[in-house]
Amino acid sequence: MKISVNGRTAEIAEGTTVEGLLKTLGIPLQGIAVELNGEIVPSGEHPRAALKEADSIEIVRMVGGG
Amino acid sequence: MEDTFKIGTRTFTSRLMVGTGKYPSDEVMVEALRESGAEVVTVAIRRVDFKKPAGSFLGRIDTSRYTLLPNTAACYTADDAVRTARLAREALSTDLVKLEVIGDERTLFPDNEALLEAAKILVREGFTVLPYTNDDPVMARKLEDIGCAAVMPLAAPIGSGLGIRNPYNIRIILESVKVPVIVDAGVGTASDAAIAMELGCDGVLMNTGIAGAKEPVRMARAMRLAVEAGRLAYRAGRIPKRLYATASSPVAGMVGE
Repeated sequence: MKISVNGRTAEIAEGTTVEGLLKTLGIPLQGIAVELNGEIVPSGEHPRAALKEADSIEIVRMVGGG
Repeated sequence: MEDTFKIGTRTFTSRLMVGTGKYPSDEVMVEALRESGAEVVTVAIRRVDFKKPAGSFLGRIDTSRYTLLPNTAACYTADDAVRTARLAREALSTDLVKLEVIGDERTLFPDNEALLEAAKILVREGFTVLPYTNDDPVMARKLEDIGCAAVMPLAAPIGSGLGIRNPYNIRIILESVKVPVIVDAGVGTASDAAIAMELGCDGVLMNTGIAGAKEPVRMARAMRLAVEAGRLAYRAGRIPKRLYATASSPVAGMVGE
């Protein structure tokens, strides 16, 4: 199924969870925040939060800034 | 007694807060942070870069040593700023936020109306809000009234290095609010930081002034010393300015009197 990750289309397997997606993408599970269709998914829910077709995901982390 | 100040529930000794952007390298940044003596460092929140998903940045900053202050830089609406603050809280497990709502691309001056709106929402949600604001005493008081933990008036436009353009407004802000006043943005060199502190500000926040210097590590030390010197001078109480001389040496007892 197709979802959007940080504005780019990605093809993922049915039943993939947020945590599964992070692992697939090689993103560390700490120090990030995930927004699913505009709502934050708290890190404790990543292992259970299942994704569905056409979901829109934003994954952010800190970078240098003033 | 140690000269500390409080933001919300946190107590700090260093009155210099520094940004982590625009350094020539991560190594220089880490060294400059150390030389600055800062306890609070600002960071931005951005999308994960899939080309470098692991990202080295978080690992570079010793979070046991520094308090992270995420910003909402480059947000032009209250909605975007609130969204970024919530993401920062989730990513960094902190209630602190340096709230920026920008109103103009060229000057990066704040949008007062949107800033107040975003600050109200975030205060209600339990954030410790440090708003980047104009050097406007009325705005500073409004921000205090709605529950901001500090106010951070700009000295001059972000990254301009123009120094304290309106020291009189900063003084009025200091008289207008009880929360800490931290000069944010526009500091170009050590004397600018010292002036902010001599005025009685509780702290100074800067990024480009250090990161953009030819030698950021050396400038970080200069800024630390300037903030300390300015603070000491403020506490010591400067002499009044006079138009004419007052002799430093005794007038009596001159030879040939």
